[in-house]
Amino acid sequence: MNKVSSFPKTLVDVPWHYCPGCTHGIIHRLVAEVIEEMEIASKTVGIASVGCSCFCYDYFNFDVVASAHGRAPATATGVKRVHPDCLVFTYQGDGDLAAIGTAEIIHSAVRGEKISVIFVNNGIYGMTGGQMAPTTLPEMKATTSPYGRNTALTGYPIKMTEMLALQDGCVYAERTKISSVATINKTKKAIRKSFELQMTGKGFSVVEILSTCPTNWGMEPLESIKWMEENLETYYPVGVIKDEKEVK
Amino acid sequence: MHELLLAGFGGQGVMLMGKILAYAGMKEKKQVMFIPSYGSEMRGGTANCSVILSDEEIDAPVVSKPTVLVAMNTPSFDKFEASVKENGIIILNSSLITREEIRENVKVIKVPASDIAKELGNERIINMVLLGALVAATNCVKVDSIMASLKEILPPHRHDLLPLNQKAIEAAMKLDK
Amino acid sequence: MTNKILMKGSEAIAEAAILSGCRYFFGYPITPQNEIPEYLAKHLPKVGGTFLQAESEISAIYMVLGGAAAGARVMTSSSSPGISLKQEGISYMAGAEAPCVIVNIMRGGPGLGAIQGAQPDYWQATRGGGHGDYRLLVLAPATVQEAVNLTYQAFDLADKYRNPVMILGDGILAQIMEPVELPEANMQLPEKAWAVGKNENRPRNIVSSSYPKVYELEQVNIRLHERYAQIKKNEVRWDSYLTEDAEYVIASYGSAARIAKAAIKMARAEGIKVGLIRPISVWPFPAEPFQRIIPQTKFFLSFEMCTGQMIDDVRLAIGNERPVYHYGRLGGVIPLPEELLAKIKELVKEAK
Ligand SMILES: Cc1ncc(C[n+]2csc(CCOP(=O)(O)OP(=O)(O)O)c2C)c(N)n1
Ligand code: SF4
Ligand SMILES: [Mg+2]
Repeated sequence: MNKVSSFPKTLVDVPWHYCPGCTHGIIHRLVAEVIEEMEIASKTVGIASVGCSCFCYDYFNFDVVASAHGRAPATATGVKRVHPDCLVFTYQGDGDLAAIGTAEIIHSAVRGEKISVIFVNNGIYGMTGGQMAPTTLPEMKATTSPYGRNTALTGYPIKMTEMLALQDGCVYAERTKISSVATINKTKKAIRKSFELQMTGKGFSVVEILSTCPTNWGMEPLESIKWMEENLETYYPVGVIKDEKEVK
Repeated sequence: MHELLLAGFGGQGVMLMGKILAYAGMKEKKQVMFIPSYGSEMRGGTANCSVILSDEEIDAPVVSKPTVLVAMNTPSFDKFEASVKENGIIILNSSLITREEIRENVKVIKVPASDIAKELGNERIINMVLLGALVAATNCVKVDSIMASLKEILPPHRHDLLPLNQKAIEAAMKLDK
Repeated sequence: MTNKILMKGSEAIAEAAILSGCRYFFGYPITPQNEIPEYLAKHLPKVGGTFLQAESEISAIYMVLGGAAAGARVMTSSSSPGISLKQEGISYMAGAEAPCVIVNIMRGGPGLGAIQGAQPDYWQATRGGGHGDYRLLVLAPATVQEAVNLTYQAFDLADKYRNPVMILGDGILAQIMEPVELPEANMQLPEKAWAVGKNENRPRNIVSSSYPKVYELEQVNIRLHERYAQIKKNEVRWDSYLTEDAEYVIASYGSAARIAKAAIKMARAEGIKVGLIRPISVWPFPAEPFQRIIPQTKFFLSFEMCTGQMIDDVRLAIGNERPVYHYGRLGGVIPLPEELLAKIKELVKEAK
């Protein structure tokens, strides 16, 4: 299943604009590979959100609609209602999905919208230069929490995937991470499962992927993976959070 | 009026160099403006900033034809070479920029900045070496003002770097003569 | 003299807000204004203030409504897409007569557009922006020093007229560094008898934009309208440059006006008599200086970093008396003085 090593046709062969060591590139590739392996590129519509990944339409070699900050699930709803046979997925960061887009994502799950959500959680606003996100860990420094996140003032990191899993319309929710070949493969499996559920007409599903932002964390890429596993992951444990229907 | 364009990789201290120049100009009661590039422009590729130093009021917040270009690496040299004003100056880091053909109508000053920085024991002071060369070539501000500015801009816990910075600047100034 | 400090436009706006007595800031990150919230996140706590990052611009503006209704000096800042999201709340604040300062650091649009500085939100800023028949007092600084001065005054103006005030800047102004002199901290904030809070010795206060009885709402609209008339009378601000003998007049505001000034100097060196009228308050718009100069002027040229929005106000000011042209670059491209000079020359040639 993971034998694809050549460049997938579902990606455009241009250089990434991502920083060295950024995990967005790996996740793009996983999404593209799954779509290629499932042979559904010709009926796939990706919904780009606003974050470092907003230019993903430059890389994905299939149809993409670019939505506004936080509104990708609503845009996905529109596309899916018009084209129920298409694979429709959103690709969203944690600022996008867990802050400004909270209402849209929750209500898509509530409606059991038959879409897949790729939720890239790096605990920070990457694109705008490292501001605090709702997912930023307590005491973690960001440019708008220069003294470290103060939970008395700003509360606690939000657990979106757990919250989405609570909704009856959500059939599958899993949290994975990008840290090694094994976890990358696991992430790919989760993405595949989400896409297959959608294509067999099941409901809303979400794959949250713990990621890194070496640039705004101020770390080297390898160091940032270690930090992610030792810190982000303790707050956001990986694993299946909800799995309603078995995939054959 | 000096319209300086400083360009290099993000990590090469281009912004710091520009800020120091603007600061030093302000100390000398000149009119100054610092114009950074920002946003995803700075991700990966080249970073650049402009500094205007003038005795008169500064109008346009844009430098399209710099009087001086400081190029720290080849991509930024390629990108901005053509923009330099006729009879302007190009100061380039010859440790990294090896291209021989360079346009006419400009004065070219080659400074092996990376090598000098390495000799002095810290590659992160490439910007200071080039700053020294810039000041030597243009007299746009005084070295004293630069040193005084550095002290104010660098956070106190990094003041141990001041002597090294001074050395780098002085090394480059000697070079030109 | 010597207490000038070098500041980024965005940081200078933030510092001026603190000095003006602003102690509450609610916002959401967006480029190219992030240095405003980042500065306030660092410095507001030091003066006992509160910086809070909201989950969206919509939420941020309603936090501002709450803070303003509670009688505090409150600010929010954003850039074009975020300001669009705030429009509903701004309308509510205008209706509830809740004073606040809103900073819009404009960037290239429409939609997500690009993060480079531009001026495509003039209409939105000067025509109210949201639903309902209201106006904002809109100030458009051209230099970092002016950004300090206007932000400092904006809080007083907001309180004086109980109306939201907008600082309309752009990505260039927010990002450049220039030397500035800071004003003294304002320690005497006005009493706000209308605000909500502890109410032991007074009848209850209500801050609301809801007036279900139409005749009452009509009266509210009339009252607001009269206040706008006061603002038009008292708060028109503008600057001019070499207009005394000008035969051609450029209208330009904010960063574009600085580029215009550079172009005018070039044109003057070639003997072309061009001048500049620079609206500082873009609402209320300074119509009078334009009208006064009609007799000597062959044409007006509106120079904006958009396809031409302020040109409407210039035309409204001078009617059909003279031709009004436009020049600008779009989407975040910064027009150069040389380009504008070429346009001036072309128009001068045609006019002859
Ligand atoms: C309405 C609106 N507000 C703010 C922004 C600015 N903005 C762009 S990306 C972003 C956050 C991105 O963070 P995240 O979703 O975590 O993605 P990452 O870059 O970390 O992958 C913000 C606030 C915007 N584009 N639109
Ligand atoms: S800023 Fe962070 S999330 Fe964005 S490309 Fe760079 S490393 Fe990736
Ligand atoms: Mg993020």
